[in-house]
Amino acid sequence: MDHAAAIVRPESSRDDRLMRLFIGVIGLYLVAALALPLGLMLAKSLQGPKEEFVGLANYVRYFSTPALFQSIGNSLWVSILSTLITVPLAFVYAYALTRSRMPFRGFFKTVALVPILVPSLLPGLALVYLFGNQGLLKGALLGHSIYGPIGIVMAEVFTTFPHALLIILAALALADARLYEAAVALRASRPKIFWTVTLPGARYGLISATFVVFTTVVTDFGAPKVIGGQYNVLATDVYKQVIGQQNFQMGAVVSVILLVPAIFAFMVDRMVRRRQVALLSARAVPYEPKPQRLFDLLMLGYCVVTGLAILSIVAISQFAAVVKFFPYNLTLTTAHYDFDQKGGGGWASYYNSIRLAFLTGVIGTVVVFAGAYLVEKARGFALGRGIFHFLAMLPMAVPGLVLGLAYIFFFNAPANPLNVLYRTMAILVINTIVHFYTVGHLTALTALRQMDPEFETVSASLKQPFYRTFWRVTVPVCLPSTLDIAIYMFVNAMTTVSGVVFIYGPKTELASISVLNMDDTGEIASAAAMAMMIFYTNVAARMLHLLLARWLTLRTQAWRQR
Amino acid sequence: MGKALRREVGAEEVRRRVTTPYLRISRLTKKFGAFTALDDISLEIVEGEFVCFLGPSGCGKTTLLRAIAGLDIQTTGRIEQNGRDISALPPTKRDFGIVFQSYALFPNLTAARNVAYGLENARVPRAELARRVLELLDLMGLAAHGNKYPAQLSGGQQQRVALARALATSPGLLLLDEPLSALDAKVRVHLRHEIKQLQRRLRVTTIMVTHDQEEALTMADRIVVMNLGAIEQIGTPLEIYREPASPFVADFIGVMNFVAGTVVRDGAVRLGRTELACDVDGLADGTDVTLAIRPEDIEIHDAGRSAPNALAMRVDALAFLGSFFRADLSGETTPGVLLRADLPVEMVRRRGITEKSILSVLLPPERIRVYPGSTANR
Repeated sequence: MDHAAAIVRPESSRDDRLMRLFIGVIGLYLVAALALPLGLMLAKSLQGPKEEFVGLANYVRYFSTPALFQSIGNSLWVSILSTLITVPLAFVYAYALTRSRMPFRGFFKTVALVPILVPSLLPGLALVYLFGNQGLLKGALLGHSIYGPIGIVMAEVFTTFPHALLIILAALALADARLYEAAVALRASRPKIFWTVTLPGARYGLISATFVVFTTVVTDFGAPKVIGGQYNVLATDVYKQVIGQQNFQMGAVVSVILLVPAIFAFMVDRMVRRRQVALLSARAVPYEPKPQRLFDLLMLGYCVVTGLAILSIVAISQFAAVVKFFPYNLTLTTAHYDFDQKGGGGWASYYNSIRLAFLTGVIGTVVVFAGAYLVEKARGFALGRGIFHFLAMLPMAVPGLVLGLAYIFFFNAPANPLNVLYRTMAILVINTIVHFYTVGHLTALTALRQMDPEFETVSASLKQPFYRTFWRVTVPVCLPSTLDIAIYMFVNAMTTVSGVVFIYGPKTELASISVLNMDDTGEIASAAAMAMMIFYTNVAARMLHLLLARWLTLRTQAWRQR
Repeated sequence: MGKALRREVGAEEVRRRVTTPYLRISRLTKKFGAFTALDDISLEIVEGEFVCFLGPSGCGKTTLLRAIAGLDIQTTGRIEQNGRDISALPPTKRDFGIVFQSYALFPNLTAARNVAYGLENARVPRAELARRVLELLDLMGLAAHGNKYPAQLSGGQQQRVALARALATSPGLLLLDEPLSALDAKVRVHLRHEIKQLQRRLRVTTIMVTHDQEEALTMADRIVVMNLGAIEQIGTPLEIYREPASPFVADFIGVMNFVAGTVVRDGAVRLGRTELACDVDGLADGTDVTLAIRPEDIEIHDAGRSAPNALAMRVDALAFLGSFFRADLSGETTPGVLLRADLPVEMVRRRGITEKSILSVLLPPERIRVYPGSTANR
């Protein structure tokens, strides 16, 4: 039997070929919108002003210019400080939400998530009103200026707090009640239980939160731009090199340096998260805290103070936006909303933002979900799927500014046929989807992996094409997750500054960019007013999402009920 | 039940079936990197047969099933179905229906919709389709549950929906991957019977993967016992039980006593100082062997110790298992020989057997199996 020794080459079916084709199409998008621009930027950092190859000369110049490389230290300093403050604050808050029986836990969770809905420029504006040169509480800083590291750290703590909170909440929610019962049965004291059960259980969550906060701060552009003053950090340096000095090569060098901590933190975070999964035991019994008067009261007090701090940042912004001159002239006025007369892009920028957010939400969800489905369910084609998955994970490690600068290089090149997209709404949508691709991809993968892996097998045995099962089964079952991806994309498209600041055009200015520009021209009240418009839009979108999700659950998810 | 489902069998077809197998697997090997999951498997299955792949977890039975379905295609080797070489074909181009342990029912479709899934775009007229679905549901005793979602059905009902869905397109081959493992013991026994009846009526060639020997013994026409990626034995349930081809099969199916011995001459084996008559299977004198005998084949003898194949043994422990007693016996004159024997309740009472009783234990020669190599007492 000679044929028996020959290696069998599996034949591919029409489904296989179609799926590979679609993976190729979405993969091509990721290559064109992510890999090529980043590669080109890397190349630019090795070029001189006339695009000649100069090796590491730009890097040598960077590291021999103290005004430039000092920013590395500054960036690390504010990032570490913000992380050291945010993570413990968020941990206690998460602890209060999961381990106490204090009242209004749902309300306090909602309050803590407010910063997600505003651009990172907003806390800077509010802090200027509170602690700026004419600020209400200037004396509280004991002669120090809010413009600089103090302001940046305060703004970053506000911005990163909900991100850290969500991660730690997820880690604390994994608690196994049986461990607590065993500890109590062994007569362990409360502090001992905390140190031997609670903290080790949340260990990976804490590490993960630490790196997420660190990365967010190191790559954030909004807060240092508004309140950093003369204190230079890497993100503002990129902006200054590109917009201020038109030195694109040096901008590329700083971008590459900015990529290093971001990629490092990203890799550590991925490793840690992989471990956390192993910690989950299917037989774990969820932990239910018992009421304890004093402890619950203490936790409530903490959450009230923290929640008030968050809300006051938002409230000050809103208040300043509707009075003549906060805090000296509190006469109500709508003058600051007359955006068309201000330095930004006017009301048109606000409508542009809504268009961008809507398009990103809809198109992004379709692309991301389809991509995740194909990469998860395709047969064979291991190399192609591996590359696709890598490209899908990469955006998480790429700061928005870096991506934006890479877009200038790639889409503004005269030789690139895609340069017709430059300064259009299309390029903003392309950029924003890529910028926030990873979280959507992971959300979709999680939902897909919860489905029985044999659905596709059964469907193949029944001779059904994969797209029929995708449409009839996969999409309906994953509908709640796709809605989550859509709202995530929408909210982030509304608030993002860093990703789009280099690539918006005169006709495609966005609300968040207007906030930036009005702040630049000193129209802080209008900037605050526009930032609050973004906030209200996001709140409305969230509520719409909630209603839609509920309605769809009733309409299409009847099968979930027993 | 509809005519479409029943395969009318003529004399001509019977003859053809006996001569050419429906499924022929030759020299199948599957490697995952350096690990060999299937090692040179050859197997033939006749049309209408119910075959069980039986073995411990990791023995390769599921890998073999997935190779037959085209889900994990073999590294080398050939599979023919109904005379057609399907070795390299993707699942969509093969002819099979499949049922998984998890049922894999589409959760957002009703039972009827699940059953109809494979028929809907097969250009079947709407009325015909509805009739067919109803017929299948009826066949499974689910006529009243067509409009329920899977989550609203019991485990046994879900399994029947999955079975109906797999049979809806009248596949030539039905693959069952541990279909009963997720069910309660009672439901499992009931469904076992039902599936077997159904298979007999439809005469669909069926392969079932299971690690449950009782399931395999009661359902299969033939059992393929697998271990470490290779086939240990192929045979009818009775053959597998009565004449296990290897100590592995003997140990895996049912309960078996193993005793080390040495061949003294043709037809006799020595245990310590005692000689036992048995078929030595042509093994040479002096070969170290393992004797195997089932607990229920051990007899208690009335006569003295002089009877052939009788051993004096002491009862170390006596466990009441409902319909019989299981006695742990140790040799009085043959130290180190340990046996388990199943004794009828009535006999234990009649003879007044208790722990520490000394019994004359008879090992019938025709019930003793001899394997080369000395495996220690198990």
